[in-house]
Amino acid sequence: MIGLLPAFIALPLAVAFLLPLFGKKGKDAATIVANIVTVSLLVLAVVAVFYGQYGIYEIGKWSIPLGINLVLDGLSSFMLLAIGVVAAAAMLFSVRYMEQYTAKSKYLSLFLLMVAGMNGVVLSGDIFNLFVFLEIASLASYALVGFGCEHEELEASFKYMVLGSIASIFILFSIGLVYGNTGTLNMAFISRAIQESGMNVGLAFALSLFIAGFGLKAALVPFHAWLPDAHPSAPAPISAMLSGVLIKALGVYALARVVFNVFGVSVPLGWTLVTLGVLSMVIGVFLAVGQWDMKRLLAYHSISQMGYVVMGIGLGALIFARGGSSVWASLAILGGLFHLVNHAVFKSLLFLMSGSVEMATGTRQLKQLGGLGTVMPATRAVSFVASASIAGVPPFNGFWSKLILVVSAVGAGFYGLAGVTVIVSLVTLISFLKIQRYAFLGELPENLQDVKENKGTMLYAMIFLACLCILMGLLVLIPGLREAVLEPAVDVLTNGLDYSANVIEKSQEMIL
Amino acid sequence: MPYALCFLLFMIGLYCAVVKKNMVKIVIGITVMEYAVNLFLIMLGYRFGGVAPIMEKDTLESGMQQFLNTSVDPLPQALVLTAIVISLGSLALMISICIRTYEKYGTFDITEIRRLKG
Repeated sequence: MIGLLPAFIALPLAVAFLLPLFGKKGKDAATIVANIVTVSLLVLAVVAVFYGQYGIYEIGKWSIPLGINLVLDGLSSFMLLAIGVVAAAAMLFSVRYMEQYTAKSKYLSLFLLMVAGMNGVVLSGDIFNLFVFLEIASLASYALVGFGCEHEELEASFKYMVLGSIASIFILFSIGLVYGNTGTLNMAFISRAIQESGMNVGLAFALSLFIAGFGLKAALVPFHAWLPDAHPSAPAPISAMLSGVLIKALGVYALARVVFNVFGVSVPLGWTLVTLGVLSMVIGVFLAVGQWDMKRLLAYHSISQMGYVVMGIGLGALIFARGGSSVWASLAILGGLFHLVNHAVFKSLLFLMSGSVEMATGTRQLKQLGGLGTVMPATRAVSFVASASIAGVPPFNGFWSKLILVVSAVGAGFYGLAGVTVIVSLVTLISFLKIQRYAFLGELPENLQDVKENKGTMLYAMIFLACLCILMGLLVLIPGLREAVLEPAVDVLTNGLDYSANVIEKSQEMIL
Repeated sequence: MPYALCFLLFMIGLYCAVVKKNMVKIVIGITVMEYAVNLFLIMLGYRFGGVAPIMEKDTLESGMQQFLNTSVDPLPQALVLTAIVISLGSLALMISICIRTYEKYGTFDITEIRRLKG
């Protein structure tokens, strides 16, 4: 397994640069190759999850801290699985959906570049390497947001690119500060140096720049301005990738890794994360309710749902830093991470559903739609499953993660947070009832009488994700699955500072 | 003192990127920020009167300790080279988006490029 780790990055990266060579005529061949790549990455990710141990791959056999290492631990394999699932589904959906656009092979190539970048971010054990992969994924996503080259797409892409570049520069600046203060770039060694010497002003400044930079990438309120423009402007499968995994891999994952494993948690840090999370939850959902553009509404919900994830992780950090009960802390982190992967599944399903509706009807304005339930029964069914999941209706997956978050907040004595979580969930339900009511129920407008259901790969991709939405509750309910998938990821964060000891010990074993 | 000037350069770039209305000026602001960070990285490894971090025959004769005390840190230079390549890529993409936007809207003024709202 360990020998296969570079394949997560090398395979999509290599194929991404080969695909443009297929040109216009080899479009179908290119599509098949790209699908094979995403499916094999998904298979590899499943293998990685059930491998279940610490794995370290040292690039070029240079041992750390001299060389660069790839680290596979519970959290990385968990994120790889989320990326694999969403990428496979979005790629399958693109087969038919992207026929509307020209230059399909360029699209496929950018898509795979983005996947390579995200896999690199979650595997990298070197903080500068993390930045490089983050830039690969971001640059591909800027280009993909502007892929349609129409007025709105270009405007959104420019806005996204300016804010994204500023975020990247913040991150690079703080990497420089960390290097200046600790003299190493390997995350395990940085963590050890910080534990030995304690925090100083430079490191505290670096940490705040990290939070701002990754917060911008994760679109947490108040850094969210780009997301409601960028996510709806991209082609639907790309919206699914951006909302589904990009903001998580580049934002929340990187933030959690830096906060928990490198710097270590503290009370102010925990409060910062909880505040960012609650602000995102509340502001995101109230901005979402008023939207009439379906994809824009979904994009605002991404902000709100990311708030849940960050709130859960931050609550865990806060309880730990206060020395509270570790049961509630790890439960809060479990809820946050489980909501992360649930959101990846149901939000990408919702964006694919909106793409299916847009392709069939030519519009995504809710006011111009109606009665689609009769002509597009399958799309209606998956949209019902996804809406019920995001609103937290039992027994769909969103219910379980929200339940865990509420239980852990109550258990640790944060009744206000639990109340906010429930209220935001109710407002979410209202706004998804609105989608159901305006898009799928009611009268079918005159001009939409001859709308037909999208058949083929688009439907298969949506049904695949819908089945996951229904079945993912089992991840917490069946103890065997929970121990294999979720708990290793939670352990990485709960025993945050063991990360450096584990990595260093493992790499010394490899030298012997 | 050089660090303060470097930080000032960074803030000038940030100000330019945030306040200016012209797309090209925003791009210039971002580039200035990138250069400020690159300068910062270079300064981390710089040392007055330093020598290149290459071991030669003379180095061994004049003593290891002196080599350690005078050689500059090569790692930030490698980082900066990588960062420059990345910023070249993002600059090219930003400029091409500016050009396409100008073709569509006929202006670089971001207060007039406002179709998205909500």
